Order: sequence, then C-alpha cells, then structure tokens
Amino acid sequence: MDLVTPGIGLIFWTGIIFAVLLFVLTKFAWKPINNMISKRNQSIEDALNQAEIAREEMKKLQADNEKIFAEARIERDKMMQEAREIKDQIVGQAKNEAQIEVDKIKKAANRDIIAQKTAAMEEIRNQVLDLSVLVAEKVIRKELKSTPQHEQLIDDLLKDVKLN
Amino acid sequence: MNKLYLLIVLSCLFMINGNIFASEVEQEKEDKFDVNKLIMAHIKDAHDWHILDYTDKAGNKVPVSIPLPIILIHNGQFDIFMSSKFEHGHKTVTKGNNTYLLDDNTIYLADANGELSYEEKEGAHIVLNEKPLDFSITKNIFSMMIVSVLLLLVFLSMAKAYKRNLGRPKGLQALLEPVIMFVKDEIAFPNLGNKTNKFLPFLLTIFFFILFNNLMGIIPIFPGGANVTGNIAVTMTLALFTFFAINLSGNKNYWKHTLWMPGVPVFIKPILAVVEIMGMIVKPVALTIRLFANITAGHIIILSLVSLIFIYESLVMSPVSVLFVLFMNCLELLVAFLQAYIFTMLSALFIGMAVEEAH
Repeated sequence: MDLVTPGIGLIFWTGIIFAVLLFVLTKFAWKPINNMISKRNQSIEDALNQAEIAREEMKKLQADNEKIFAEARIERDKMMQEAREIKDQIVGQAKNEAQIEVDKIKKAANRDIIAQKTAAMEEIRNQVLDLSVLVAEKVIRKELKSTPQHEQLIDDLLKDVKLN
Repeated sequence: MNKLYLLIVLSCLFMINGNIFASEVEQEKEDKFDVNKLIMAHIKDAHDWHILDYTDKAGNKVPVSIPLPIILIHNGQFDIFMSSKFEHGHKTVTKGNNTYLLDDNTIYLADANGELSYEEKEGAHIVLNEKPLDFSITKNIFSMMIVSVLLLLVFLSMAKAYKRNLGRPKGLQALLEPVIMFVKDEIAFPNLGNKTNKFLPFLLTIFFFILFNNLMGIIPIFPGGANVTGNIAVTMTLALFTFFAINLSGNKNYWKHTLWMPGVPVFIKPILAVVEIMGMIVKPVALTIRLFANITAGHIIILSLVSLIFIYESLVMSPVSVLFVLFMNCLELLVAFLQAYIFTMLSALFIGMAVEEAH
C-alpha cells in the first residue's frame, strides 16, 4: 500500500530539487542555448536568403545580357539590311547614269559617224569626179588628136558641162 | 553498435546484481525466497543505498550500503543523523525525548519498550506506532540529486560550448541539440505557438529530468537503480509543477471556459464547471499515475525475470532469464524516452490549452 502513498519528505525534496534545477537550467542553460540556436538558425536563414537574392540577380543579369545580345543582333541585321539597300540604290543609280552616258555617247558617235560618212561620201564624190575628169581628160586628149568629129563631140560635151 | 555495447554492460551488471540476490537467497533459505519482498525492497524508497550483502567468516550476513542522512521532525524536535546509526534496523536511535526505530524502510517512534507494536487485521501486520515527519535524504532523493548534478554539468557545459562558437555543434552539443530541438519543434511549438519560448525552459527541464532519471533507473547498481520516476511522490510533484504551470498561466479565456462555459444554456453551465474543475485535477493525476505505473511496472518485470533464477534454483534458467532481461532492458530504454516524451507532450498540450486565445 505504501507504494502508492506519497511520502511528504519525498514531495518536499523533489519540489525543492526540481525548482532549483528549473531555475538554474532556465537561466544558465535553456535560455542561452535556445537563443544561440535561434541566432544560428537566423544566420543560416539569412545566408540562404542572400544566396537566393544573389542567384536572382545573376539570373536577371543573364536575362539582361541576353536581351542586349538580342538587341545587338537585331541592330546588326537592320544595319546589314540598310547597307544592302543603300548598295542596291547606289548600284541602280550608277547603272542609270551609265545608261544615260552610254546613250549620250552613242548619240554623239552616231552623229559623228553620219558626219564622217557625209564627209567621206563628199570626198569620194570629189575623188570620183576628179578621177572621171582625169579619165575624161586622157580619153579626150587621145581622141582630139584624130578627127574633127571629136572636136565636135568635145564641143558638145563642153556645152553640156556649161549647162551644168 | 554503442547501444549494443551498453546493453551488454547493462546485462552484465544485472548478472552481478543476480549474485547479490543469490547471497540474499542463501540467507533467507530457511524462510524461503520471497520474490514479493525482494521486488518491493528494490522498488520502494530506502533510507540507505544498499549495494550488496556478503557473508563473513562467522557466517553472518553483512550488508554493504551507503548511509544517507535522516532528517526528522517530531514534538518540535529537529533531528539529523546518518542512517547507519540504525544498523539496518537492528538498533533504535534516541535523540532527546524521541526514540526512533527503522522497520521496513519506514521510521517509527519506538514505544515504551523500545519496540514496535502490531495489530493483526485481516491477515496483515499493521504497525500502531506513531510516525515522525520524515524529511530524510532518502535513496530516491540522493539519486535525484546525482541526476540533477549530472544535468547541470551536461547542460551548463553545453551552454558554454554555444558561447564559444556558433558553428557546427560538436560532441555533447551535437548529441543533445537534436533532442532539444525535438522538444522545441515537435512538442512545444505545435501546442504553444508563439508562447513557445516562455514555456520551453519548463518543458525542457521536465523532459530531461524525467529522461535522465528513467535512464539512471535502468542502471542496476549505484549510482543508478533507484526507482525515482517510479515513485508516486516524485511523479506527483512533477505533475504538480505542470498543474501550477497550467493554472497560473491560464488566461481569461481558459478560466471562462472552465468556470462559466460560453455558448451553452445557463442551467448546463454549473454542471460543466464541476466537470471542468474535476478535469483540472484529473489531468495532473493522470500524469502522476501514468509515469509512476509505467516505470514501476518495468522495474517489477525486470526484477521478476531476474528472480526466476532463484525461484527455480537452477542454472538452466539463467540464460533464459538473462535473455528476457536483455529484451526488457531494451524495452525499458524505449519506455524511458517514451514516458519522458509523453509527460512533456501532455504538459505542453495542457498549457497550450490554457494559454490559447479565444477564436
């Protein structure tokens, strides 16, 4: 029966021992330990958060880089496009100008050719004339030695020439 | 692996303890081996810390025990002396007007003849002598003091280690920090929420006090072996601390729910108040009995299994007994943690209910 009968002395001493233990451990063990663990947890959490922030920033930086790259690419493409256009424009213009020049040259050449041709023709006529005159002279000289008939002819011819 | 080693050591110690019983058996041969008496002697508190008995050359049984201080108050007289003066119950001690004698680990005032007077009632011996107020440092209290010193050494050095460096915990710190964090995160926080830090020291103290006492109780020989947490006075005191923690920190909401339950018809309110007040008392009583019964039962089973050897008086029985005791010791290790956990858990739960804000 006295197994389940609490003794006064035991209650008294247990109370005192536990109360002292509670006081001393609370003041010198639990509070410092709890604070230190909380502090450490806080510092670990802070470090993790900072790492997370850094990672975010890194990501943002990378995204920025990519954007800049993309923009640069677009810019380059645009520039290339423009250059091509300008080139085409210049080439076209040059072609037109050349064409005009060619035409002009052609016209001038034509004119020259015609002029030359006319001149040549003139010269040829003159030479033919001279030649025919020469021939005619020679023929006439030979003929005139012979007969009075020929003198008659020459007279006729001269008459013709005069008419001319 | 370390646990296994510990268990082997424990069981070896138990075998040594068995030898101690053996000597007792030889002495008690004439009035047969009394299992009940032996178990009760080990379970109950004592005024000296009995370690072993041996038989001297003259054939007398000589007990070896650590004497403990006796503190008595009677008739306005305050007496302090060592328990060795009783010479294991063979002598009376006279201090002033009072003559004390020790019987079955209880101190009585001797009658005029310096003896005890009995009354036979329904087959039971009932001692009629008056008892003084006994504030002695008994075996349980001494064991509790040893455990307290151990707790202080362990946790104060741990606190110092935290002050030294805030890095990764090492050694004792690494071993016990997870336990502290378990009490904080799994026991205190779910029940107490934002009031965790206020009650955490109490919960930690009660957890480690019960745990260390439970574990010391499993060690069969000095400085262990005292059935501290299996003593109803000890568990009652611990439960009283919880009772005060609950009712001294209970808020307006708690008292309203206890004394004048809102939201029920008026004629039910007094009935509920009676029920709630009964509940207020039943909670610590349940804590008291649960811890006391669990630890005492464990000790009784282990002692019974060891006693098997001496009941059968056969060597064949010893391996069987040792195996059973080994198994029970493993179970008791589990129970030591489990009961510390349950006591703390329920304390946290009850305190949490008392400090809960109205919703």
